[in-house]
Amino acid sequence: MAARREFAPGIALETHKQAAMQSRIAPAPAPAQAFVLLDQGDGRHTVPCVRVGERVRLGSPIACADTDAGADLHAPVAGRVRSIGVLERVPDAGHAIIIDNDGSDERDPGFEPLPPPETLPPGELIELIRRGGIAGLGGALFPTATKLAQARARSIAHLVLNGAECEPWICCDDALMREAADDVVRGAQLMLRASGAKRGTIAIENDKPQAGEALGAALAAVGDARLALVVLPAVYPAGAERQLLTAVTGLEVPEGARPPDIGLLSQNVGTAAAVARLARTGEPLIRRVVTISGSGVARPCNMDARIGTPIAELIGAAGGYTGTPRRLWFGGSMTGRALPDDAWPLTRAMNCIVAATDADLVSAASVERPCIRCGDCARVCPAGLLPQELHRGVRSHDESLLERYGLADCIECGCCDYVCPSAIPLVERFRQERVAMRERLAAASRATEARLHFELHERRAADLEASRRREFEDARRRARDHSADGG
Amino acid sequence: MSTELLPLVGGAIALALVLGGLLGWAASRMPDDVDGLVEQINALLPQTQCGQCLFPGCRPYAAAIASGQADFDRCPPGGVATAEAIARLLDRPAKAPDPGYGVTKPRQVAWIDEARCTGCARCLPACPVDAIVGAPRLMHTVIAPQCTGCELCVAPCPVDCIEMRVVGDARISRQTGS
Repeated sequence: MAARREFAPGIALETHKQAAMQSRIAPAPAPAQAFVLLDQGDGRHTVPCVRVGERVRLGSPIACADTDAGADLHAPVAGRVRSIGVLERVPDAGHAIIIDNDGSDERDPGFEPLPPPETLPPGELIELIRRGGIAGLGGALFPTATKLAQARARSIAHLVLNGAECEPWICCDDALMREAADDVVRGAQLMLRASGAKRGTIAIENDKPQAGEALGAALAAVGDARLALVVLPAVYPAGAERQLLTAVTGLEVPEGARPPDIGLLSQNVGTAAAVARLARTGEPLIRRVVTISGSGVARPCNMDARIGTPIAELIGAAGGYTGTPRRLWFGGSMTGRALPDDAWPLTRAMNCIVAATDADLVSAASVERPCIRCGDCARVCPAGLLPQELHRGVRSHDESLLERYGLADCIECGCCDYVCPSAIPLVERFRQERVAMRERLAAASRATEARLHFELHERRAADLEASRRREFEDARRRARDHSADGG
Repeated sequence: MSTELLPLVGGAIALALVLGGLLGWAASRMPDDVDGLVEQINALLPQTQCGQCLFPGCRPYAAAIASGQADFDRCPPGGVATAEAIARLLDRPAKAPDPGYGVTKPRQVAWIDEARCTGCARCLPACPVDAIVGAPRLMHTVIAPQCTGCELCVAPCPVDCIEMRVVGDARISRQTGS
């Protein structure tokens, strides 16, 4: 199972990380109004548990997740709830809770240090992490408590903390590991206790020597034999979950399976630090480290910002714009998503905000040309797929071909796009095709349901008709009997 | 022919008779081939039950296609995709839906203006998938996820309080909270 390929797939990219790493993590000013978005992506929602006009304190729960796949939200500022509803001034942001900050930062009574975790049974520790609303800060926002509980139920052996941070521009984890390595290590210990894993590995890339030193020192200080540090070669996308697990453990997560199925659990280093902070101070997930970068920003840096702070305020705190940026996005340059407006508030998923000018952008003026079947995309694909074949399947809408060639295993890293000499937007096509496939599946299940409802409707109509006829026959027979009696 | 072969020939004849009988019995027990085809066609139809094909529901239309009474180009909700899929199944040349039976629209659901609904209950039996909740003299409402958008409830409403809304319209999610 190990050493699947002799060469390392993926690509070496210009990192664009140095600019924001010049200074230490700066605390961002608390916003006058916090906009906490209720939608967590992937159809997961949270339901508000406060009312308009109600006073909330720092860390008070304000919205509950509707399923185990979501995490609760807490107030990032103390103050009154101004409104709950569609965020009118930010198109497509959906529903939000808006809190007027009264500046007091008065803490919620529940915002207090946890009892010493070593005295707690793992189940209770997981419950406390759930109540703290901790979710995967790598970007997926999957609730940490759910992930730990699933890992515990499967008795996983190995916890891998992901500090690879392989994508250009993003460096919030690097900064966090340099400055709060103790928290990362402490978080790893707590996650080992909660998940029941026997050992833990913190994985970073070899372009982060300072983070490596800090983590090494922190590990030496605690002297926990279960924990180790692994340094991987810096190649994109080494930090993608499956690719990282394979690089660290030599095990490959099979097609259609998930890491717990082969005894593994991965967590982001920022998530681990958030768990440690929760244990130390009782602080729920109300802030995160975010990289503010790009040539369009005066002083690129990493900031410790409250969730719900408008992006415009964060950029203002970083010295404001230098001219008008050409593009604004969150995440890295390979998998990031465009931000249509800087009125968007910071969400827990946003690890990086980039205001890019022309200097940052690769001249993407090239026009798409036909596939020449050079196979460069297959050579770089970290998931071991054949993007050129998938592209053929997308063009001909051949679902069986797409299934056979593993469209579901595409991690949308963008390596194939990057190397394609014909400038084919492969990942965008794959993403659209997956949406279309999901929609076709949903339509099929709706049709099945409609057919069942229709059959029930028809049967009921037939029963009704039959009973009416029976009543009519009965009445006629009675009338006949009556007239026979009378006559 | 030597007499030694006689038992062999007799055995072969007996075997042929037994197997033939088995086949005949199986054929009589198996569902009609036409029925299977109807189910296959029905599975490709969108189950909107709108009746735009002039048959009372998707299954009757599937039966009509299977028996050759109707062509497969009469389903506007299914659109080009459905027509193509049925053409593939029947191994016939593909063709676009006949616009004479209606046009393909984006997915829509019925929406009742509850302020104007008088509770007459006339839309209830019209709904082929029982997606309207209500009772006489009580307000009615549509179970949006169950609605197929067939529009059959619109005409019977005496106060015109039912309208069709395209799915994704914020006015639907606001009412149903979904």
